Parts: sequence; structure tokens; C-alpha cells
Amino acid sequence: MIEVRELTRRFGATLAVDRLSFDVARGELLVLLGRSGCGKTTTLKMVNRLVEPSAGVVRIGGEETARVPGHLLRRRIGYCFQQVGLFPHLCVAENVGVTPTLLGWDAGRIRRRVDELLELVELDPARFRERRPDSLSGGQQQRVGLARALAGEPEVVLLDEPFGALDPLTRDRLQRRLQEIRAQLGLSVLFVTHDMVEAVLLGDRIAVLEAGALVQLGTPRELLRRPANEAVAELMATPRRHAEVVARFLADPDASP
Amino acid sequence: MSDELALLPGYLAAHLELTLVALGVGTALSVPAGILITRRRAFEAPLLGLASVIQTIPSLALLAIMVPALALASAWLEPRLGISLPAIGALPALVALTLYATLPILRNTVVGIAGVDPAVIEAARGVGMSGREQLLRVELPLALPVVVAGVRTATVWVVGAATLSTPVGATSLGNFIFSGLQTRNFAAVWLGCVASAALALLLDGVVRVLEVGLRERRRGLVAAAAGALAVLGAGAGFECFAARGAAAGAVTVGSKTFTEQYVLSEILAGVVESRTQRRARAVQSLGSTVLFDALTQNEIDVYVDYSGTLWATLLRRSRLPDDREGVRREVERWLADEHGIAVAAALGFENTYALAVRGAQARELGLESIGDLAPLAPSLEIGGDYEFFVRPEWKAVESAYGLRFRAQRSMDSSLMYEALARGEVDVISAFSTDGRIAALDLRVLADDRRVIPPYDALVLVGARIAREAPDVLAALRRLDGAIDADAMRRMNAAVDRDGRSPGAVAREFLARLD
Repeated sequence: MIEVRELTRRFGATLAVDRLSFDVARGELLVLLGRSGCGKTTTLKMVNRLVEPSAGVVRIGGEETARVPGHLLRRRIGYCFQQVGLFPHLCVAENVGVTPTLLGWDAGRIRRRVDELLELVELDPARFRERRPDSLSGGQQQRVGLARALAGEPEVVLLDEPFGALDPLTRDRLQRRLQEIRAQLGLSVLFVTHDMVEAVLLGDRIAVLEAGALVQLGTPRELLRRPANEAVAELMATPRRHAEVVARFLADPDASP
Repeated sequence: MSDELALLPGYLAAHLELTLVALGVGTALSVPAGILITRRRAFEAPLLGLASVIQTIPSLALLAIMVPALALASAWLEPRLGISLPAIGALPALVALTLYATLPILRNTVVGIAGVDPAVIEAARGVGMSGREQLLRVELPLALPVVVAGVRTATVWVVGAATLSTPVGATSLGNFIFSGLQTRNFAAVWLGCVASAALALLLDGVVRVLEVGLRERRRGLVAAAAGALAVLGAGAGFECFAARGAAAGAVTVGSKTFTEQYVLSEILAGVVESRTQRRARAVQSLGSTVLFDALTQNEIDVYVDYSGTLWATLLRRSRLPDDREGVRREVERWLADEHGIAVAAALGFENTYALAVRGAQARELGLESIGDLAPLAPSLEIGGDYEFFVRPEWKAVESAYGLRFRAQRSMDSSLMYEALARGEVDVISAFSTDGRIAALDLRVLADDRRVIPPYDALVLVGARIAREAPDVLAALRRLDGAIDADAMRRMNAAVDRDGRSPGAVAREFLARLD
């Protein structure tokens, strides 16, 4: 669904992304994993051209993104990021309905779509439609942000640490909700995170980036079993340790960690 | 006071109209300029710099330079586009006040847009807004409360600065202040100050409600504030429209900024109204440089000027004719030849510039003439009105008598006489008809070398009226020789000393005239 070829971005003398190539299949969730500053967010933003590539090509559904005006491209791609950036002067329904409005849908269709999406992210439309963003909790804002990203019926969705600022319980619920939603809608998702556990839980495949270059691309199983180098092994140590501790508790309730 | 209160609605409406139009145009210019700055940072330094520079010009000067600036613009535009701009009246005031309003609105537009949360901007781009949609749907709505806060600052500034638009011929609450200061009518000064302060508070309150409504997204408040502004604007517009309707076709009588001129302008207007079928309207407190230009451009029709002033400042001839009649004839000929201006009457008195000293000091030192003053000058201080020390008459007196004073101070002509009487200065540039010369026991020194020209009070009629309205010319002829120096001095004293209004004094004179 998404083809990325030799994608490169320079900021002045710094090479933020270096000849990156990967594919995201239809219905797949690919995680871009790496430390802060490794170029994963820049890569994501080059897909919907919030950042223009210095070189390289991105194709979505076979069409080269550089041939479409940026804002028209972005109406077809869902986008949600950690700070969410809900429009503070618009109510929840207007926030969710913004892309359909830009696409010129009629009011009835927008209203139905907004209600459908609020239910999908488990916010009661009757209670939340008219609320202002500043009256919502962080988790509720994230869910509105996710609903907004999905409102224009995109086939491709870009998520940049969408659950980063949430408490663990809320994050867990939303992660599971996301898996259900994308299965239901058949979405192709590019997902940026620096949380290794989240990457292992959500990713069909994981691309590990370091200093703007691809270090390893594989399923969570492959990365856990055959890390390409020390750095990947180190990244994978965290989910491994979690799993081991939890497994030990489950096997023998009296064992000490 | 009742005279002043009758003028209040008109002045208030004109003031409000000036303010609202200047703010409206200022906002319409500043907001797009502010948007431009946020889009093209290269414009930031020149545009904000220009607005700041304009802000540093004192508002009175900014208003005053609009007169020659508009005259220049008009002279350039007229042959090319056939557009002629009035250089006095509401237009120069509006241009100056609009410029004055730009800085706070411009700055707040830039700050408001720059202050929008970057996450919100990223979201706006991320959902697929074009630059224009991002501006109109996100940035401007979010910046609006800040922009309106800038409008609020500008509102208070403009209401205040509008009181200074009187000397360029725009009616405002400043008319109370300017004429009140000149005629020592402090009730009128207070009325002007209190009314403009109240207007500033009222508008500030309304715009504040608008700002709070926008910030807290309370539609009711926004609607109430917008409604209040609309009602105020419509009321002022209606009142001004009515006033303009009444003034259309009226003969406009101008006056300079001192008591005698206020009284005379009321007398001229009264004569025109009682002896022709026309209405007349007095436009008072115009700067004396503005007046003559306004007459040549037919923006006013009639005013009183003095032969010596015209001779010295406009004809610029070196040789002074031997007598009063000679100067008058030469001035009359020049006015007719150069500008088509007619002299309808010589009122019958002179109001000369004269150097005056305290009576007691004159007796003590035996001062009779300016010549007697010269040897004492280095130990004395002289006060003059704002223009005196740059006028050619002063230069001539200074060099002819070799006067070198210890210090010279410019002050308002209404304050000079008492400053002299109280000993704060020792010599002043008095007007010979001023009632306070006798009242405060001042002594006018003789011009023994005849340097100061004679100052016959002449009724000047602009070319258009002179050509097209023989009835006005005929009516004004009735005033030829009708006011002698004593009569003028008594009328001035009635205003300056007895606190009567120029209008009342003029009505009394007109009643005796028939």
C-alpha cells in the first residue's frame, strides 16, 4: 500500500533520514522504532509531505505522492500525533468532522460519520459531540484525535506516538481498540514509537532506525530471536525482560523476581 | 454652558464617526498586513518599523502634516485621475487617525497568529487544510481575541487623538477644548475632556466585551458588543449625515484660534444668514496656515484676515507702503490677481502685533516705544504665541531695533497676557485689540520706526463665492467699517474677561447692527 524508496531528508548539514526503503502492505501495521532523533518522525511526515523529502520517492496505492498537491494528499491520509492538536475553538464533532468538511461531504453524511467514529473510539456521541477539547481528559482527547484521523475514510493512517502521554491503563485499552478498529476497517498503518513493548504488541512488522538509516526490518518474533546487531538486541531486551518476569509470576506465584 | 450643551450631540457624533471610521479602516489595513508578516517574515521589519515610526510622531504633528501631504497628493492626482482630495476637514483627520490606529492592531495580529499552538497548526496541515483554509479556519479564529485586544488599545488612543483634529478642520469634541482654552471658557474645556474620556471608556468597554466574548466563545457577548458598536456607528452616522445635509450649500466661515476670530466668524455667519437666503456654518479653530490654503481651495468661503499678516507672510515684499491704505490696496490687488479672492469689507479696526509690557514697569522705566526697550532687552524675557518668533514681522522688528532678549518663550496666546501680568515674562507679542491689555494694566509700546505693518481686519471671500454669490458679497459689505477698535476690544473682553460665549457676544452685535 505504501512504498518508500531511497527516502532522504537533510536539514542543513545534518542527514536526518538516509536512503530509507520499506513497504507497508495493505492491512499491515508497520512500526518505526528507534531512539529520539533517529529520524522516525521525519520519515512519517515525509509520507504525507508535512516534511518534503530531499530525495527519494513515496508511492501510495501505486501513485507517487509528489504528483498530488500536499493538502489534497493529506485529506486521503489519516494523521494523529502525540500532542493531538485538537482545534480549541471547535467542538468535538467539528474536530472529528474537519476532513470530511474539507472533502465537501454533505452535512448529514458528516454527522453520521462523526457519530460512528465517536462510538468506534468509545465516546458516547450524545455526551461528547458538543464538548470543547479543553473539557476532555488526555485519553479522551487522544481518542478524538484518532477519530479525526479516521474521519475521511482513509486507507492509510500515520500515527506518531499516539498513546505516548497516556496512563498505562488507558494506553492499554486504546491499543487494543486500535487493533480492533484497523482489523474492522482494513487500514494500512505506519506507527511511530520509541516504546519497545508497544512496538512488539502492535506491530505486524517493526523497522528499527538508527541515525536515519534502517538497521533491521522484520516481525517482532524475528527481532526478538535474531537481532541484527547489539543495538537491536538492547532495544528488544526490555520487552523480553517484561515477558520473563510476568511469565515467572504466572508459572509460580511464590517465586521472587 | 447651554450654548456648549447644544453643540454636544453634533461634536460627539462627529468624534464617534471619526473614531469608528479610523478604527475600521485601520483594522482593515492592519490585519492583512499582519497576516502578510506572518507569511513573509521579510516584511516584518519594514512594516512594523513603519508603524512604530508613525507612532512616535506626536499626534498633533501627524494630524497637521496631513494637510500639506493631502494637498500634495491632490495636486498629483488631479491632473492624472481627476480626483481632488480635500486637504482640510475630516479627510486629513481620518488619514492621520487611521495611521495612528495601525500599530497596536498590526502588532497584535502578528503576535496572535504567531501565538497559535504549533501542535494545532500541525494538526491543521495534517488534516489536509490548504494555507488559506488553515488561516481562515484555524489561525484567524484563534488569534481573534488578541487582534481585538489590539483594536481595544487603538480605540482608546484614537478617541484621545481625535480631540486634536480640530485645527485641521475636522469637528470633534476637541472643538470644545480648543475654543474653550482660547476664550478662557473652562467649562467648555471640561465638557470636551469629560465627554471624550467618557466616550473612550464606553468604546473601551464595548470592545472589551467583544474581546471577552471571543476569548470565552460566548456568542451572546459577541453579538451584544457588535450590536452596540453598530448602534453607536449608525447613530453617529445619522447625526453626521443630518448635519452634513444641513451644511450642504451653506456658506462656510472659518476662524483662527483666538477669541476675536471666534466672535468675528459668528458675526460673519450671522450676517450671511440674516441678509441672504443661505445658511452659514462656522468652522472654528483652524490653524492660521491652514486657513488661507483652505480659502484658495474653496474649502471654506469666508474668513477674516489682517492686511499686515497677508502682506508679511504671503506677498513677501520688502518695501512697506507708507500708509494703512497703501498696504490694504496692495494686498487687495494681490489677492484678486493671484487667487480671485475678493475683499468684501474692511471691518474698521486694526489688530496689530505689538510688543506689550507691564504698565507699572513702563512707568518706572519710562518705556514708551520699542526703541526704549532695546537697551534693556538683554535682561528681559519675551513671550510670544506659537508662530510669532518665526513670523517675518518679528524678524523685521528684531533687526530694526537690534533686540536681543535674555530668553524667548513660545506659549499659547491665551496665556501670554497673564504670564506678563504675573511677571513670568517681561514683554509679550500682544494683539492690540485684546481686551486684557486694558484689564491687566499692560502698556503697548509704539513702533516708532514703523517696522510692523498695519493690520486692517479684512473680510476675505473665496473665489467661488465671489464669482457665484453676489448676495453674500453684498451682505458682507454691510460690515465695512462697522467695527472700530474699541468695539472689537469690548467684544473680546466680554468673552475673555466676563466669560460670555462668542456666539452670544456676536448675537448682541448683530442685534445692534440693523
